This record gives sequence, structure tokens and C-alpha cells, in this order.
Amino acid sequence: MLEITCPFCGPRSETEYINGGPSKVNRAESPDGFTDSEWVDYLILAPNPLGPVKEEWCHIMGCSLWFTITRDTVTHEILPSPETSNE
Amino acid sequence: MAKYSYDHDKARLSMQKYSLFSLACKTLNNHQGWRQAWRTLPLKNEYEILIIGAGGHGLATAYYLAKYHGITDVAVIEKGWLGGGNIARNTVTIRSNYMRDESIPFYVKSLELYEQLSQELNYNLMYSKRGMIDVIQTYPKLREIKRRMLSMHLHGSTYKSLDIEELRRQIPPLTGGGPDSRLPIISSMLHTDAAVCRHDAVAWGYARAADDYGVEIHQNTAVQRLLKGADGSIEGVITNRGKIRAKKIALAVSGHTTTLTDTVGLQLPLRTFNLTAFVSEPVKPLLDVIVNCPDLGVYLNQSDKGEIVIGGASDVGQSFRRDIKQDVFEDSVRATLELFPSFKRLKLLRQWGGALDIAPDATPIISKTKIPGLFVSAGWWGGFKAIPAGGLTFAHLIANNENHLLNEPFTLDRFDHLNFILESGTTAH
Ligand SMILES: Cc1cc2nc3c(=O)[nH]c(=O)nc-3n(C[C@H](O)[C@H](O)[C@H](O)COP(=O)(O)OP(=O)(O)OC[C@H]3O[C@@H](n4cnc5c(N)ncnc54)[C@H](O)[C@@H]3O)c2cc1C
Ligand SMILES: [Zn+2]
Repeated sequence: MLEITCPFCGPRSETEYINGGPSKVNRAESPDGFTDSEWVDYLILAPNPLGPVKEEWCHIMGCSLWFTITRDTVTHEILPSPETSNE
Repeated sequence: MAKYSYDHDKARLSMQKYSLFSLACKTLNNHQGWRQAWRTLPLKNEYEILIIGAGGHGLATAYYLAKYHGITDVAVIEKGWLGGGNIARNTVTIRSNYMRDESIPFYVKSLELYEQLSQELNYNLMYSKRGMIDVIQTYPKLREIKRRMLSMHLHGSTYKSLDIEELRRQIPPLTGGGPDSRLPIISSMLHTDAAVCRHDAVAWGYARAADDYGVEIHQNTAVQRLLKGADGSIEGVITNRGKIRAKKIALAVSGHTTTLTDTVGLQLPLRTFNLTAFVSEPVKPLLDVIVNCPDLGVYLNQSDKGEIVIGGASDVGQSFRRDIKQDVFEDSVRATLELFPSFKRLKLLRQWGGALDIAPDATPIISKTKIPGLFVSAGWWGGFKAIPAGGLTFAHLIANNENHLLNEPFTLDRFDHLNFILESGTTAH
């Protein structure tokens, strides 16, 4: 089980969180400039590396904050990356 | 459906046949003189077709390429040992109770092929068609399963209701889930086509039969990256033993597909997760069907050795780790004990996980790619049951450059218009 640090509540066990998958590039600000296939790629593709991946977690049983961590998919080690997002 | 008139049985090397007679003869001879089940040959630097991954899908594909298409200039390249991947890690459930019109015929075909595979491969797969019972504890699940039943009946798969009395008669240790429990059992279903078989034997049987046609199997040969030629089509691979060239390359690397396609800039809609299982010490026979508990997220069967094999949940978040986390493990144990309280006294022997990739719609991918000559068979979340049909159709696609009727719905271009074939699956994988 992982110990994940919520930027607001501090370190809590993994079972308090839900995983929102790897962080993606933001959606286009002006959708008109996007082709259909770019939209499809945005919807279906996600990074799947052997190693560190930046991903979104939500402290659903705590403060409900969404934030980003970098986690190694092989060792499960959480790497230092203090950035948070509240989108 | 494609019919094959072309069987290359004559092209076979003389495989030693396993039979009661050969066993008796070799016994008299102190078991001297058994030949190795497959050969280890020097690695060449070029083949007509390279198959990456000696798991169930890779080896079955090699076998059907030789058997139905007469193509034997084929090497199966494996980074570890043959049959050491997910085929060694699954819970051996073979079933066809899927939801979609595109999926059910594929799995019905796979079960048909499995049923006669021991004879076909001359290899005892210990196939046991024992049926699977779904224990249902919530109304949404019941509705979903009834809908599944109706679509299965359209495609010749079998699913029928069992009343609770009959359910308890068929599964004596199922004493939980009574009227006063947290989630009382409200219904149950029997899928009579479901079976189990010896997982390793599937890899070994296909390997031996493919080898017999002249296919080469190279273990301890890891593909590090794929190579594209100047014209953009696939050209070969770089391995720890050097470069190997081939104009057709087929990926069957379950869980590690994107690791390889990333090396040629091909992005595929696949994410890898760790799915878990554990087994108990062997006990006397007490469970002769597969039991699936979709509302609790566990499923179990008893192996021929007597172990209770329990399939649990997957980890949250992508993972290549192949172990089981304590909380996932405890949840699965707790769920099992809700329905099978007497299993509290079972001692557990081993627990493990396996890295499997999955597409956004949970349906497999058997497809050409944007790179000419590069084919993928991936997204095998519950892909042990799919090995015969997966191999048959993948071989057809690679040999002819066109889809088999059964894999046509499973190509990558379904994503172009987001034509998802949504399969939530039941819990049993
Ligand atoms: C716990 C668990 C329970 C499961 N239960 C069931 C079940 O009950 N029913 C069911 O139908 N399915 C089940 N599955 C799924 C099933 O095991 C897989 O879908 C199936 O085995 C995948 O196909 P395969 O046999 O070809 O894969 P694998 O056996 O994993 O073969 C892929 C091979 O590719 C090799 N490889 C990877 N990368 C490289 C490289 N770069 N170079 C060379 N070789 C490489 C690997 O070493 C591996 O041997 C389960 C899986 C798990 C983990
Ligand atoms: Zn919090």
C-alpha cells in the first residue's frame, strides 16, 4: 500500500484516494483548431511508461483535492514533485 | 468464416508422439531417450516473420501460421523463458459469457478450439469443462447478467439461472450470503461452457507443436527496440543478441506492448495494470465448479492438486510490478470469507500479480498498425481463454495482410470514430 501525501492533509494511506490516471496535456483552448483525429488521440491515448509517470490523484475520503504526483510504475516509489493542481 | 483446406501435416518434422505405448516403452528403458520438447537452434539474422513474446498468444500464432498458412520461416523471440509471463500467472478460467455481438463469437470459437486442443497438440492440457457459477448479490448486477444471457443465447453460448437452493447444493462450502448478511445472495447463473486447464501446458503444447513444424523458439532474447526502414515500414528488431531482420513483426508481449511501440513513435491506446491472485495449501476436493462473485470482486476454483485458487482485484493506477499490495490482498480475502466463512482456516501458499495491458473499451486489439509490416495482439486483460482464437486470427492476419472474420471488430481503426466495444467483463478473468 502506498503512502501518498495530500498537499492539504499530509501523508495518508492509498486507500483514501482515487486514481485519475496519468496527467495529459491540457485540452485545446480553441477547439476549432483541432482535427477529429487529434481529439480522438486526446481521448484515448495516455502515457504508459515503465518508470516514472505523472498522474492525478484525488483525496476522495479527505479534502477532495485533485493533485499530481510522479510515481514509478515499476517500483511504486513516489518521486519528489511538489506541483499541485486544482482544476 | 475462413475455411482452411491447407494443412501442412506432411511438412512436420517427426515429433515424438506421447501415448500410453510410448510411455510404457520408455519406462522399460528407464526413461532414457525422450527427446527435448523443442529445439534450441542458433539465432539467424533474418526470418520471414518474427513473433515477439513466447506466451500463449505468440506461440499459438506461430503454430497456426505453420499449420494453416505453411509459413515456417518464423522465430518466436522471448526475453525470459518460454511460458514465464502472464500465461504462468493466470487463474485458468476459460469462458465465453461476454456481452457484445462482436465479442461472443470470438470466445465461443476459442472454447471450441480448446475443447479438442489436447488431441490436436498431442499434449495433455488437463482440460476440465466444469462450468462456472455466478453468485449474484445486487440487482444491477442481476440485470446486467440477464442481458448478457440474452445476447449469449443469440451466439450459441450457454447461460442459465440456478435457484439458490440448487446453488448451495452445488457449492457446499458456500455458506455465507444468507438473508441476514450484508449482501444476501439473490440469484445465480450457470455458464456450462466454462472450463479450466493447465496453463503452462498450453504454452508448452503449442511450443512443441510449432517447433515440430520447424518454427524456431529463442529464449533469453529480449527485444530492446523496433526498427523502421527508410520507407517507413518495419525492418527488424534490436535484441540483446544483436539485430534480427524481418519484413513482418508480430507483437504478443502482453502488458509490454507500448514499451516496444514507443520505440518507433507509435502510440497505442493501452495502459498496463497489475492483476492479482493467490492460492491456498492443497485440501480435499470440495469445489468442482468455478465460482465467480462479481459483486464482491473475487472468483475461485480448486486446482487438480487441491489448492483453492482465488483471483482478486487489480491495483489502482498503472503498474508493471507483478506483486500484490496488502490492501488489495486483504480486500479479496475479506470478500472470500463473506461467502465462504470456513475458508478462514485455509493457509495461503503464494500470492502474485501480472502486468496486463487494457484498451479504453476493455476489448482486445488484433490488428495491423500504421507501420506496414507491424502487427499487434494486445489488450489481453482476460486473454488466457482467448489464446486459440487469438492465435488463429492473428496468424490469419499476419499471413494474408487481412483480417479474419472473427478479429475484424478488434482492429485499431475502431478507435478512429470511437466505436468502442465496451466489455466491462465479469469479475472472473
Ligand atoms: C492474476 C491473473 C489472473 C488471470 N486470470 C485469467 C483467467 O482466469 N482467464 C483468462 O482468460 N485470462 C486470465 N488472465 C489473463 C491472461 O493471463 C493473459 O491475458 C494472457 O496470458 C496474455 O497472453 P500471453 O499468454 O501471450 O502473455 P504472456 O505469457 O505474458 O506472454 C508475453 C511474453 O512476452 C515476453 N516479452 C515481453 N516483452 C518482451 C520483449 N521486449 N522481448 C521479448 N519478449 C518479451 C514476456 O516475457 C512474455 O513471456 C489473468 C492474468 C493475471 C495476471
Ligand atoms: Zn486531503
